[in-house]
Amino acid sequence: MLDRSGAETYLVAATYGPLTLGLTMTPAPAEQTYLGLPGPALQLVLLLLALSAFGYILWKRIRLLRQAAPDPRLDRVSARLGKLLVVGFGQSRQPRYPVAGVLHILIFVGFLILSVRSFTLLGEGFRAGFSDIGAGYATVKDVTALVVLLACVVAAVRRLIFRPARYRDRYARTPHAHEAYIILGLIALLMVADALYEGSAMVLATLAGGGADSSASAATPSGSVFLPLASMATWLLGDGSAAALGVVHLSAFWAHNVALLFFLCYLPVSKHFHVITALPNVFHASLAAGGRVKPPRHDQPDLDELEELGVGKLEDFTWKHILDFYSCTDCGRCSDHCPAYLTGTPLSPRMISIKCRDEAYAHFPILGQDVPPDARSELVGDTIADEELWACTTCGACEEACPVLIEYVDKIVDMRRFLVDEGRVPPSLQKPMADLEKRGNPYGKPARKRADWILNGDGAGSGAGLAGIGPEGEDGEGAGCGVRPLQPGDEAEILFFTDSCAAFDPRLQATAQAFGRVLAAVGEDVGTLGVDEVDSGHEARRMGEEGLFEALRDQNLEALEDRTFDRVVTTDPHAFNALRHDYGLEQPVRHHSQLLAELVRNGRLSLRDADDDRVYTFHDPCYLGRHNGEYDAPREVLNGLGVRTVEMERSRNRSFCCGGGSLYLFYEGESETRMGEARLEMAEEAGADVVVTACPFCLINLEDALKTTGREGRMEVVDLAELVERFLA
Amino acid sequence: MEIIVCIKRVPDVSEIEVELDRERRSIVATDLDYDVNEWDNFAIEAAVRLKETRGARVTAMTVGDEDSEEVLRRALAMGADDAVHLMDPEFEGSDAWGIATILHHAIADRPHDLVLTGAISADQARGQVGGMLAAMLDIPMIALATDLSVEDGTATVRHEVEGGLERVEQVDLPALLTVQTGMNEPRYVSIRGIRKVARTEIPVLTAAELGLDPATIGAGAVRVSEEGLSLPTRGEGAEILSGNDDEVIAGLVERLHQQGGF
Amino acid sequence: MRKILIVVERARGALDETAFEMLSAARGLGEITVAAVLMGEDLGEPAAELARWFDEVHTFDDPRLGQPDGDFQARLLAPFVRREQPLVTLVPHTNTGMELAPMLAARVDAPLIADAVTLEVAGDGVRAVRTVLAGKVQASVSATGGPCGVLLTVRPGAFTLPDVPPEAAGTVHAEAIPDDPAPRRRFVETVAPDPGAVDISQAEVLVAVGRGIEDEENLDEVRSLAEAMGAELACTRPVVDKKWLEKSRQVGTSGVTVKPRVYLALGISGSFQHMGGIKGGPFIAAINKDPAAPIFDVADVGVVGDILDLVPLLEKKIRGRKA
Repeated sequence: MLDRSGAETYLVAATYGPLTLGLTMTPAPAEQTYLGLPGPALQLVLLLLALSAFGYILWKRIRLLRQAAPDPRLDRVSARLGKLLVVGFGQSRQPRYPVAGVLHILIFVGFLILSVRSFTLLGEGFRAGFSDIGAGYATVKDVTALVVLLACVVAAVRRLIFRPARYRDRYARTPHAHEAYIILGLIALLMVADALYEGSAMVLATLAGGGADSSASAATPSGSVFLPLASMATWLLGDGSAAALGVVHLSAFWAHNVALLFFLCYLPVSKHFHVITALPNVFHASLAAGGRVKPPRHDQPDLDELEELGVGKLEDFTWKHILDFYSCTDCGRCSDHCPAYLTGTPLSPRMISIKCRDEAYAHFPILGQDVPPDARSELVGDTIADEELWACTTCGACEEACPVLIEYVDKIVDMRRFLVDEGRVPPSLQKPMADLEKRGNPYGKPARKRADWILNGDGAGSGAGLAGIGPEGEDGEGAGCGVRPLQPGDEAEILFFTDSCAAFDPRLQATAQAFGRVLAAVGEDVGTLGVDEVDSGHEARRMGEEGLFEALRDQNLEALEDRTFDRVVTTDPHAFNALRHDYGLEQPVRHHSQLLAELVRNGRLSLRDADDDRVYTFHDPCYLGRHNGEYDAPREVLNGLGVRTVEMERSRNRSFCCGGGSLYLFYEGESETRMGEARLEMAEEAGADVVVTACPFCLINLEDALKTTGREGRMEVVDLAELVERFLA
Repeated sequence: MEIIVCIKRVPDVSEIEVELDRERRSIVATDLDYDVNEWDNFAIEAAVRLKETRGARVTAMTVGDEDSEEVLRRALAMGADDAVHLMDPEFEGSDAWGIATILHHAIADRPHDLVLTGAISADQARGQVGGMLAAMLDIPMIALATDLSVEDGTATVRHEVEGGLERVEQVDLPALLTVQTGMNEPRYVSIRGIRKVARTEIPVLTAAELGLDPATIGAGAVRVSEEGLSLPTRGEGAEILSGNDDEVIAGLVERLHQQGGF
Repeated sequence: MRKILIVVERARGALDETAFEMLSAARGLGEITVAAVLMGEDLGEPAAELARWFDEVHTFDDPRLGQPDGDFQARLLAPFVRREQPLVTLVPHTNTGMELAPMLAARVDAPLIADAVTLEVAGDGVRAVRTVLAGKVQASVSATGGPCGVLLTVRPGAFTLPDVPPEAAGTVHAEAIPDDPAPRRRFVETVAPDPGAVDISQAEVLVAVGRGIEDEENLDEVRSLAEAMGAELACTRPVVDKKWLEKSRQVGTSGVTVKPRVYLALGISGSFQHMGGIKGGPFIAAINKDPAAPIFDVADVGVVGDILDLVPLLEKKIRGRKA
């Protein structure tokens, strides 16, 4: 295919014996002297220079890791290796972006294959023939080099001409784009140098007339090897004189090796450090179940013993979080999935990494002294503004998108912990947080009224009184919506953890009541903690108010211990997440969608025929789906109801946050659009008439968006439990 | 600079349906939550900011029972250096005059360049203690401050005046300012912050230690006595006005006027 | 016969209505001499006007009183009150009044009742009603004064203006002003609040508008109504989302928490998130098209109808009533 000239030699690569310049033989780099310096000595000098520079830079980079907070990331090695295999070597996160993903996979695989070649070429500088490791590899590496070269060209063209919006972050301050071109250029240089090195040898061999002569090595057992890239180089070099070809050959060789060593040293000073850190970063990635947040310090469980809480300066991050910063490639996938970024809030998760890395590089410079913390500007406040941190809904979309498993939620929570400890909480959040402390709910409602929703659910005034829930309470059996508040010592099969939203917001009371009535219809025995329940504290913890979370959790645990039940169920994925991961309960914790799916599966619900031609779509709540992996239960319920369904493009683990729960309803931040409005847009694009969700806050946010976007009447938002109740026979 | 901030613990009734006891002398105190008076919170923040920006010693002071200690702890957690708890059974039932008298005795003999109080309290809403205290201390006073800076012994104060306007004035220290809400953004006090000052010693001063004649303070010495309480009448749900447009609007105008709506 | 002293305020040169409201309150107490106390600069004209209404007018005419300064006023009035020995001194419960009254009370050793909404003579003293606990409770209070009587600050608007024409032929007394006391506060400047930074949290009366407004242009009608009522304009979140009004006017859990005395809700359904920002149990009047709107569950008075029709009518009637 490449024998334009018909010469067999074009397809021949050989190793060339100890020949000297002046003869039409190929000069071996190791056997030349350069300004009196023998080849191997030159190679040694270069190698030592590069390795010591690289080692020094790495040591400098590691210094910060060693000063950072501890983080146990060496447990469960097999699970870590599995993750390394799938996400690291398997590049499983890449294909979400087809073009960039495939290009990256090509370059990554090429990198792995060519690393052998790079290594052997370094050896070639010491001993001629070191790089001959077989014709098979020669072909593989040459084809790979061609593919990688093409991938580099496509990648560069894509960046230069097509400019995907993802690469430009509206908050970017320091330019890093040039680093991409430097790296692409270096990779291309390596490929081209190798091609010229091989190509010149091939032409020289032809000039020598022998082609695959006796000196040809084992690399050419059959006399010819398929080397497409090198062959292309021969087209350029075909007319060259032997002397010129020898110079090209040697220059290409040294250019390759110098570029390679430069590449090595350039990595840890650029955003391409990920070439070195990505695999370790994946290996050390969090194995904690999604939805968990890290403790403030891994080495000190008692908050009161801590001098400072949270992260206010670089060293307060854990070493793994610093490694995250080193591993960020500035690809922008996180921000491209971040609802806060996409709706115009001040937050861009990518910039958290980039800005922190810029700070790390600036304060722990390769040359010069480290800058002590009190001589720096404030990391949290100056470099990362308070508003960026408050804008995060902890939905986890960024983490789901990151190809190298960088963690964001824990970092943001850690920085918020610092803000809370400093008293820097936005005014709009202070009142609800104070109310959480005083009354156990963010609405400032009297704790005594926490169980009143049950009575309201019984319809027009027929509710029998409930002991202990306030002055209305009278003795009597039965309760509104089939749910009864349990007194200490009472038993029920199912404990329904209501949480503040469903207890106090009239709209969400309706959801809780509907769920109660569905359970009553199948004869379940359901109780609540009554007035002894307080807020789950889920959002308090994620807002960084760890002390408040602990206080709320302890109150609930006490109330839970006083009552007997088989399992806990809640309609709120946030409460579900808290009870499941933050509370450490013995009893299983279920989300109401799971319980409903169970009822559908077991045929316990008697449903009427779905006489509904509307199209339904399910909006995955972040803390049900992404953080707890439950995507199927709600869909199973919808299928069980027999309604027509459609999926939004951003569904399941790509779901787009509605705007956040609990305390986020109070937060007053800057944004261009509302997440809920953006989400309804997506539902409409998908052709849905009804958006079904399984989270009280999604319901509030999306219903609100219905009104503000004038979609009332055209579209509907409904909770899964309410929907099921409609279909009860 | 010595700053003294006078604060008060008050019930939050914003979400409570208030009930009166049988004698209609006081409200039923079940599920009342207490917190520092909102205005006072801005005053503490103002003091702590002055401390942070130009250096000052901040002392928080309250007249109240044992439970009132929590607002002093809160002030310490916000950054006050000291707290003084003025507590004595004799103080109970004091009116504004009585409270101003107690504070006067506590402040007069200690250094005070700047005395801050909330403009009013959420429970009694009298707005008197600051002015009376200033008169007793014989220092100048400015009410409803919305901005404050201090330089060379002079305070520059912005404060609210009639007609939605604000006025900037200067006053030489010592002086007393009553602080309006919105003067700043008070910092958040975390649970951990409170716990950190849990063991800080808070001195208690009694009537005797303040050299106060019990006859001048407490319930027996009030100048304004509360004779009884009543609840404004209010029905369940809205009274829906009926009739033609003219009639309903006339009815609405009447009710708005009765309630001081214009 | 003991007197009632009434401290008269002026707003932008004009006599403040509170003077005449307090006059009504004082006249309601029976046969008693009612004296106006006027402090300021160039008081000839206003003093003459007051003399048509009050039995006596005492003027404190001095350039140093050009700017209201409650601190200075209190020190100036203390000897005057001691001399006059009034039964009652009424001060408007305004910002300056809130400076003047407590300082004056402390200086003349007189009881002070703040923010009174009623007033009656009881024995040697007075009785009044005032609101406490964020307006949720009314307290009946009484005080008996010594030689300097009792001081009250009176809530503006609590008393109606006199319904009889002026008939008094009051005497005007120019009070001597000593050099001591001297003002202790130095005026620097007056600042008008930034219109963008409106603070509705302190407003007594709010006219709030919701999605029922339908179009930005219709806001002018509501603005004009609010102006007629002397109220601040507030709104719900959708109105802010549409950028029709500033964020600082949004009432609700994600907006401003307000504690007005009166809340007029126009085209507001009454969502939990909106109502969560209204504290202190105000009198709520609502106009909404939807008779089932939740706002009617929490409002005190409701009108079912279209705000676009009713708001102009309401404004007309209110302006008529005020005139």
